[in-house]
Amino acid sequence: MAEELATSEPPSEPLAAPARPAPVADDIPLLRIDAVVKQFGGFRAVDRLSLDIGAGEFFALLGPSGCGKTTLLRMLAGFETPDEGQILLDGWDIGKLLPHERPVNMMFQNYALFPHLSVRDNIAFGLKRAGMAASDIVARVAEMVALVKLDGLEKRKPDQLSGGQKQRVALARALARRPRILLLDEPLAALDKKLRESTQAELMALQRRLGTTFIVVTHDQDEAMTMADRIGVMDKGRLEQVATPRQLYEAPASRWVAEFVGDINLFEGQIEPRDSRLAMAPRLTVTTRDAGTVYVAEPRQPVTRTSVCVAIRPEKVKLSRYGPAPNTDNAQAINRLEGVVTDVSYLGGTTTYRVKLDSGAVLRSSMANTARIDIDAYSPTHRVVAWFTPDDCLVLEQ
Amino acid sequence: MSARRIFAGPVRLAAIAPYLWMALFFLVPFGFVLKISLSQTAVAQPPYLPVFDLTEGLAAIKAAFAAFSLDNYRLLVSDNLYVLSYLRSFVVAAVSTSILLLIGYPVAYAMARLPQRWQGIAMMLVIVPFWTSFLIRIYAWINILQHDGLLNQILLALHIVPAPVVWLSTDTAMYIGIVYSYLPFMILPLYATLAKMDPALPEAASDLGASPQATFWLVTFPLSLPGVGAGCLLCFIPILGEFVIPDLLAGSDSMMIGQTLWLEFFTNKDWPVASAVAVVLLVLLVAPLALYDRLQRRQLEAAR
Repeated sequence: MAEELATSEPPSEPLAAPARPAPVADDIPLLRIDAVVKQFGGFRAVDRLSLDIGAGEFFALLGPSGCGKTTLLRMLAGFETPDEGQILLDGWDIGKLLPHERPVNMMFQNYALFPHLSVRDNIAFGLKRAGMAASDIVARVAEMVALVKLDGLEKRKPDQLSGGQKQRVALARALARRPRILLLDEPLAALDKKLRESTQAELMALQRRLGTTFIVVTHDQDEAMTMADRIGVMDKGRLEQVATPRQLYEAPASRWVAEFVGDINLFEGQIEPRDSRLAMAPRLTVTTRDAGTVYVAEPRQPVTRTSVCVAIRPEKVKLSRYGPAPNTDNAQAINRLEGVVTDVSYLGGTTTYRVKLDSGAVLRSSMANTARIDIDAYSPTHRVVAWFTPDDCLVLEQ
Repeated sequence: MSARRIFAGPVRLAAIAPYLWMALFFLVPFGFVLKISLSQTAVAQPPYLPVFDLTEGLAAIKAAFAAFSLDNYRLLVSDNLYVLSYLRSFVVAAVSTSILLLIGYPVAYAMARLPQRWQGIAMMLVIVPFWTSFLIRIYAWINILQHDGLLNQILLALHIVPAPVVWLSTDTAMYIGIVYSYLPFMILPLYATLAKMDPALPEAASDLGASPQATFWLVTFPLSLPGVGAGCLLCFIPILGEFVIPDLLAGSDSMMIGQTLWLEFFTNKDWPVASAVAVVLLVLLVAPLALYDRLQRRQLEAAR
C-alpha cells in the first residue's frame, strides 16, 4: 500500500500551501537558501549561508554542536526568521512566513508528541488544522499508521509507547500533511544503537518510496554518511563543504572537513619545485617535518600555495615488518616511513595501530581484520614500515 | 521482603511521623469540635454540656453520650442566616477564584516565557509581598480605598470621577483584597506547570498548521490543566473560610461563613453552634479536597 502511495498520489502535493506563483523556470531548485544570516545578540549563528536542495533529495546537515545547523533547520521550519537573505521554496520566498503557513513539516528531536492526545489524534492533528474532511482524515491516518507500521497502537497515549514507537508516531505525524520538505532534527539521537541502525534503513526506504525531500540535521557523521545523498558540513555558521558522502571523505575541501569527517593523518610541509627526474608521473613532492619527503599525486585543482598539509586516511596506510612486498609496484610504494607500534586498538572489523615514527610524530593505521586468526598482527614495541601510495594522499591548502 | 527491610527501625518511625502529626493536630482537635457541636450551650465553664468526667465512671460517660443531640445542626438548616452565609462564601470563593484565574494565567504564561534569568526575578516579585504581614497589607488597602484614600485621590486628579467613590465596606473592596492576597497562590502552580512544559510542543502544533490561538487552546491550555486545578483549589478552599478580608473590607450587611463562625464563638459565646458551623464547613470542603486529590493523582499518573 505504501508503493501505491507513491504512484497514485504525488506526495509532493501540499495540503495547506497558500497560492504561490508558478515556477518561472524549470531549473529552479526546490529549495534555495540565499545568503541567509541569523544573529543572536552579537553571535552569528548562520553566516551568509547559501545552499540549493533539489526535489527528492535526502540531504544531511552535519556539524559539531553550535555550528548553526539547528538554527538553519529552524529557519526552514519558520521558528526563526532570517535577519538577511532569502529562503525560496519553488522560487517563492517563505522566509517571513509563520510556521503554520509553510508547506514544510518537522520531526522534532525529542518527538514533541502531544502527551494528552492518542497516537491517532497526534497524527490527525495537522490534517484537522488543514480543514480536511473527517472521512479523508480517517483514511489518511490509517495510511500513515500502516506506512510506519504502528497498527494496533492508534489508541495509545505517547506515554504508553516505546522510544522506537514514539519515533514512528512523530514521523507519521510530520508526513501526514505530505509536506514539500520534511525536516528531521537529530531523528535518531534518542534511540539505542541497534534500533538506530534499523531505523536508518527504514528512513531511507521511506524517503525513496515517498520521494519527499528530507533534510536531516545530525552531529553523527555515520548517520549522515549512511542516509544522505549529499551532506553539507557546517562550522561556525558557514558551509565548509557540500558533497556526496564519498567525496566528503575522499576529497575533503579543507583541513577542517578532513579532520571532522573520519580519522586522518596530517603532515604540514612545503611543496618542492618540480623534479624533472620524476616527471613521468604527475606528482608533487612535499617536504614535511614529521614524515620527511612525501610524494603526492597531482590534484585536479592546481595547488596555488607552497605551504600545504598532506593528509592520509588511516586505512590507506599499510604496515609491514620489512616494507612493501617485493612485487608491489615500486612507484606506488614510494612513501615509506619507519617507526614503532605504540598502541593497538582492536575494534572487531578493524584494528587501529598507532605508530611512533622516528621523527617523533604519530601515524595511525587501520587494517581490516580479514582473517579470524591473524598471525601477522603487530604488538606494541614491534618495529614496522608504514607505507602508502601517492594516489591515496591529499593535499590540503588549509 | 526487601521492602519490609527498607521500612524497618528509625525509617519506619519517620514514615509514620506524618500520620502521627495528622492524628495529634487534626483528628484529635476535630474530635473535640465534633463533640462540642453535639453538646448544648450552658452558663458554665466550659460553656457547654455535657462534659466528660472520667472520675465518675462508665455510667456517667454513657449518660453524657445519651445527652448528645443534633439540635445545633437542625438550627443551621432552619435559620437561613447560616445557609445564606454558606452560599455567600461559595459565591465569593467562586467569583474570586475565577477572577484570580483570569489574572493569574496571563501573568504565569508571560513569566514562563521570559528569558531564564528574568524568570527568577519575576518569581521574586510575586513572592515579595509575603515578607510583609498579611494584616498590614490589608490595612494598607483600607488606606488606599477609604474616602480620601490614594485611589480616590488619583481618580479625582485624573478627572475620571467628579466626586469620591465609596470603595470601602463594599464587595468590590473585598474582592480587591481577596484577589490581591491570593494571586501568588494562583500564579505559582500555573507558572510551575507552564515553565516545565516542553517548548517544542507549541512549536510542533504551529508546525502542523495550528494558528497561535489554536496552538494555545489545543496544546498549551489542556496541558496546563493540572496547574489550573491546583491553583484554583489552592485559592478556592481558603477563600471559602476567609474571615479577615471580608471583615475588614466588605460591608456588614452580609457575612461569609468565617464571620458567622467568629460571631457565634466570640460574640454569642455559643460554642456548640460555632462548632456545628465548623463541622459542616469541613464536610463541604472535603468534596473539593477529594477532587484536588484525584486531580493530583491523575497528574502523577500522567507524569509516569
